[in-house]
Amino acid sequence: MNAKIPSSSIRVDLQLIADMVEPGSRVLDIGCGEGTLLDYLNSFKQTDGRGIELSMAGVRKAVAQGLSVIQGDADTDLKDYPSGAFDYVILSQTLQATRNPKLVLRDLLRIGRRAIVSFPNFGYWRVRAGLFFGGRMPVTKSLTYQWFDTPNIHFCTIADFIALCAEEGIQVEKALSLNAKGLVRFDGGGLLANLLSEQAVFLLKRS
Amino acid sequence: MSDFLNLDDQSADLPGHRLVLGPDAPLHLDCGIDLAPVTIAYSTYGRLNADKSNAILICHALTGDHYVAETHPLTGKPGWWEELVGPGRILDTDRYFLICSNVLGGCMGSTGPASINPATGQPWCLNFPVITIADMVRAQVRLIDHFGIDKLFCVIGGSMGGMQALEWASRYPDRVFAAVPIATAARHSAQNIAFAEVGRQAVLSDPEFKNGDYPLHDTKPSAGLAVARMAAHITYLSEAALHRKFGRNLQGRDTITYGFGADFQVESYLRHQGSTFVDRFDANSYLYITRAMDYFDLAGDHGGQLANAFRGTKVRFCVISFTSDWLFPTPESRAVVHALNAVAANVSFVEVESDKGHDAFLLDEPEFHATLSGFLEGAAEHRGLPRRRETP
Repeated sequence: MNAKIPSSSIRVDLQLIADMVEPGSRVLDIGCGEGTLLDYLNSFKQTDGRGIELSMAGVRKAVAQGLSVIQGDADTDLKDYPSGAFDYVILSQTLQATRNPKLVLRDLLRIGRRAIVSFPNFGYWRVRAGLFFGGRMPVTKSLTYQWFDTPNIHFCTIADFIALCAEEGIQVEKALSLNAKGLVRFDGGGLLANLLSEQAVFLLKRS
Repeated sequence: MSDFLNLDDQSADLPGHRLVLGPDAPLHLDCGIDLAPVTIAYSTYGRLNADKSNAILICHALTGDHYVAETHPLTGKPGWWEELVGPGRILDTDRYFLICSNVLGGCMGSTGPASINPATGQPWCLNFPVITIADMVRAQVRLIDHFGIDKLFCVIGGSMGGMQALEWASRYPDRVFAAVPIATAARHSAQNIAFAEVGRQAVLSDPEFKNGDYPLHDTKPSAGLAVARMAAHITYLSEAALHRKFGRNLQGRDTITYGFGADFQVESYLRHQGSTFVDRFDANSYLYITRAMDYFDLAGDHGGQLANAFRGTKVRFCVISFTSDWLFPTPESRAVVHALNAVAANVSFVEVESDKGHDAFLLDEPEFHATLSGFLEGAAEHRGLPRRRETP
């Protein structure tokens, strides 16, 4: 077996998340897939990284790479973790697939001192236009599912998310709005960002 | 020389190493007794490195022994994890020092009910103190002390071996870097105890058992022990595995016989399992070891909170279960994982897809091996041990 060489190039949106993480911190990546981000963080940010992944196939691949990953569900398994156990809890492109996003968000900021959340923006103009002009549920480059087979059951817009954070007393430390390729369009979550961005990455902190 | 002395001599002839704890260093057991002398029979593979940081303790299951990767002296079969052990393999003898000892209470060289009670000069039989998983681990600790090893790189085991791995990590967290409990649980469930009891009753009700004193009467409760093994063996497999292997196939005949001979292949197979088992295993050991498993309850030892068993642990865990294991089903492993999460421990958890039942941990399961390999490589890196050499 060859020695594992961590990849120094990851998806742009994952890179943005990685850039928000202080070196040497304790990180929990929820919905970590095969562990690409974790592997990067452990290798290049010297983090103590753990992961939770719903699909056993993803878990097996991650563990076989030497990552500390368990099979688990963001909706049911976060309650096990003690408060303040991690410096960062990351939820990448998963919030919209949870059954109770509000409780998940609360748990993220209970377990972690900070949370990093990324999600597809349902306020993106093509999504709005698809529904407005087409009269059909929007299918875009970043939202490829049909309404009947989508795992995404709780879509929100950037504005919705900011409103929820305010309601929950969560402080937004950073809000990046991105295009489909993950390039930053706006630093912040204003009206234009909500209209012109396909996805968003938020760095959150308990107030 | 009487028969029972011959019996003990026979076990003294078994290959492998021995450590004897004399009367000056008795083993303090959970039941309150100080046991001495205690012999610990063990095998090792590979070499201990200079800073003694590369030792892996392998813990065997109920009817296993320390012949992990060598021909079994009684059955002539390959070691039970022979596939995993060797140069360049997952348990890489080029890099790791592997230790496996026969459990306390066992019958392959370590002190157990067939050993001589120094107070009487006769085999202990049922006078042997009832031992626990923690007692087995205490004996292993003494063996590790004997090697001067402060901290094991890893403790690994399946089934009862997994219980020992959990016990090690819980009770001696500073002496374990990584722990791999496989197809196991933090307690014996009611169903587990029920099956163990069926096995014990089969032994106890054999007229040759003679209240455990059968060695003194030059006999053995073979029929009872064979039935115990047959019943237990079913629990190690799965419905799917049994069906795939045997279906309703008839054994050496074209039609059913309207009798109670072994018409079906599965009957013949179980009878064979039973009859070969009694040639290599002591019935009293079977009683003691199954009882040790029954008594195992890590949460019970910690105020009913399993998480308390691991509070503050720095041990890296890899918990592995198998989908078709109904003896130690995945929820048991998940309970361990939840407890470890509750103390923010470093844990990996994989449920391996297999239809081979509980015994899958002993079989060629590529996904299991990939998981184990990945975890050990990651742990070795954190422990500062060399990576596996690239195979040409």
